[in-house]
Amino acid sequence: MSDLKRTALYDVHVAMGARMVPFAGWEMPVQYPTGPTAEHHAVRKAAGLFDIDHMGQFKLLGRDAETFLQYVQPRDVSRMKVWDAEYSYLCYGDGTFVDDIFIYKLPDDEWMIVVNAANREKDLFWLDTHAVGFDVEILDISDPTYMLALQGPKGQAILQKLTDYDLDQVAFHTAARIQVGGIETLIGATGYTGEYGYELFFPEEKAIAMWELLLDAGREEGLLACGLAARDSLRFEACLPLYGHEIHAEVEPIGARLGWVCDWDKGPWIGRDAVLKTKLEKPKLLLVGLEMIDRGVPREGYEVAKDGQVIGWVTTGMKSPTLNKFLALAYVPRGYNKIGTELDVIIRGKPKKAVVVKRPFYIPAYRRK
Amino acid sequence: MSLKYDPNVKYAKTDEWARVEGDLVVVGISDYAQDQLSDIVYVELPEVGAQVSAGEVVGTVESVKAAADIMSPVSGEIVEVNEELNDSPELLNEDPYGAWIFKVKPNDLAELDNLMTAEEYEAYNATREH
Repeated sequence: MSDLKRTALYDVHVAMGARMVPFAGWEMPVQYPTGPTAEHHAVRKAAGLFDIDHMGQFKLLGRDAETFLQYVQPRDVSRMKVWDAEYSYLCYGDGTFVDDIFIYKLPDDEWMIVVNAANREKDLFWLDTHAVGFDVEILDISDPTYMLALQGPKGQAILQKLTDYDLDQVAFHTAARIQVGGIETLIGATGYTGEYGYELFFPEEKAIAMWELLLDAGREEGLLACGLAARDSLRFEACLPLYGHEIHAEVEPIGARLGWVCDWDKGPWIGRDAVLKTKLEKPKLLLVGLEMIDRGVPREGYEVAKDGQVIGWVTTGMKSPTLNKFLALAYVPRGYNKIGTELDVIIRGKPKKAVVVKRPFYIPAYRRK
Repeated sequence: MSLKYDPNVKYAKTDEWARVEGDLVVVGISDYAQDQLSDIVYVELPEVGAQVSAGEVVGTVESVKAAADIMSPVSGEIVEVNEELNDSPELLNEDPYGAWIFKVKPNDLAELDNLMTAEEYEAYNATREH
C-alpha cells in the first residue's frame, strides 16, 4: 500500500469522510459518506464532481505531431478542428487494445491525449517506440496537470457561475481555454458518465482551490463529490468501455463494438490490417448487454454459460441504480449475441438465467433527440 | 457518523446480530457490516424450513462493492425470512437493527453464549479498523 500515489486532494477527500481504495496505482476515493447510489443519482439528476487526477495527459508537439497521431490510432485526426476533442484508442499490430484515449486538438499544432492511469508508463513507452522517424515530441504532462470531472445536467449552470466565458460556445466534444474562478483552465465538454459535463485541466497547485470553488458553486444545484464506484456505475449504464474490463490486450475493437471510431480511408495505422480483417471476417467474441431474469448480482469475472457449457465472461456487472435492474456487459461468442438470446450467468456455482438486451442500457444525454 | 451498537442483541464475529424474541432467534447484520458493505443491492434469503447449524452459510448480502455470506449464529430451523428485503434490500443500510433477515427456532439457546455482547463486539471491531 505504501507505494500508492496520492492526488493533491487526498487530505481533502479524507476530511470529507471518503473511503480511499487502491486503484491503478493510486489511492482514490471510492465513495463519500453520501454513498455510491446517491452519488450516481446526483450525476443523472443534478451534478457530480470527480477527482480523476490519476489519469494521464501527454502533449504532442512538433511538425509531425498530426501525422504521428494518424499512424498510432484509428481516427482520422486531419478532420478534427482546433478545440475538437474525440474518443479513440491505441491498438497493437495484432489489433488488440493498448489503451483507450481522448484526443484534444489544441491551437498552434499542439495535441493532447488523455490516457488511463494504469497505462501511463506503458502508453508513453509504446508511443515513444513508434515515434522513431517522426518529428514529434511526446511530453508526459500528467504531474503538473490536475484533472477533475464535473458531470451532469446542472454542470453547465454550475461552471457558468465561475467564468465569464459563455459556455454555450463550448459544444459537446469541444474544448476551450477559460478562467474558472481566476484559474487558467482547459475545459473539455467531455466526460465518461453518459451525461453532459466537463473535464477540467489546470495547474496541480490549484487543485484544492478549484475543488472547493466548484463544490461551493454547485451547492444549490445539488452537486455531490463522487467516488470511483459512482463513476463505474455511471459509465456502465451508458455502456462506455473501461480499460481492464471491456478493453485490454486480449480483445479487439470490433468485438468491443468500437469499430465506429475507425476511419478506414485515412491511410495506415498500427493495427489497421488486423482490425479490418476482424471486421470483414466478423469477430469471434462480441460484447453484449445482459439483463438478469433470475435474481442475482452478476459481477466481473463470472462465467457466462449456455446449456451447461461456459462460453464467455462478465466484464462488468451490477445493479443499475438508474434502471433498477441487474445488468452485465459480457463477452460471448458470435451467434450468442442476438437480442433475446437466453444465457446463464454462473453466480456462486449456480446458473442464473439472463437475456441478451440492447446496449446501451441507458441512452446518454447527448445521444437523445 | 459513529456506528450503532444495540445492547439488546448478541453479535457473531461474522457481523450478524441475534435477538431473542419469544422462543425464536431473530437475525440481521450489524451497523458495522452494512457500513463496510456500503449500499446493499441484493439479499439472497435463506430457505424457510431449512435445518441449519451455527456458523453455516444460509444466505448472501450483496452491495455495490461485494458479496458477503450470512451465517446463522445458532443451530435450528429457519422458520421465517424477511421477504421485504427482496424489493428493498436497502433497508439493511437504513435500519440495520430493525431490518431483520431471518428467524430461527433454535435447538439450544445456550449457543447464544458463544456470541459477543455489544461491548465486546465494539471492542472487537476496534481491532479490525484498517
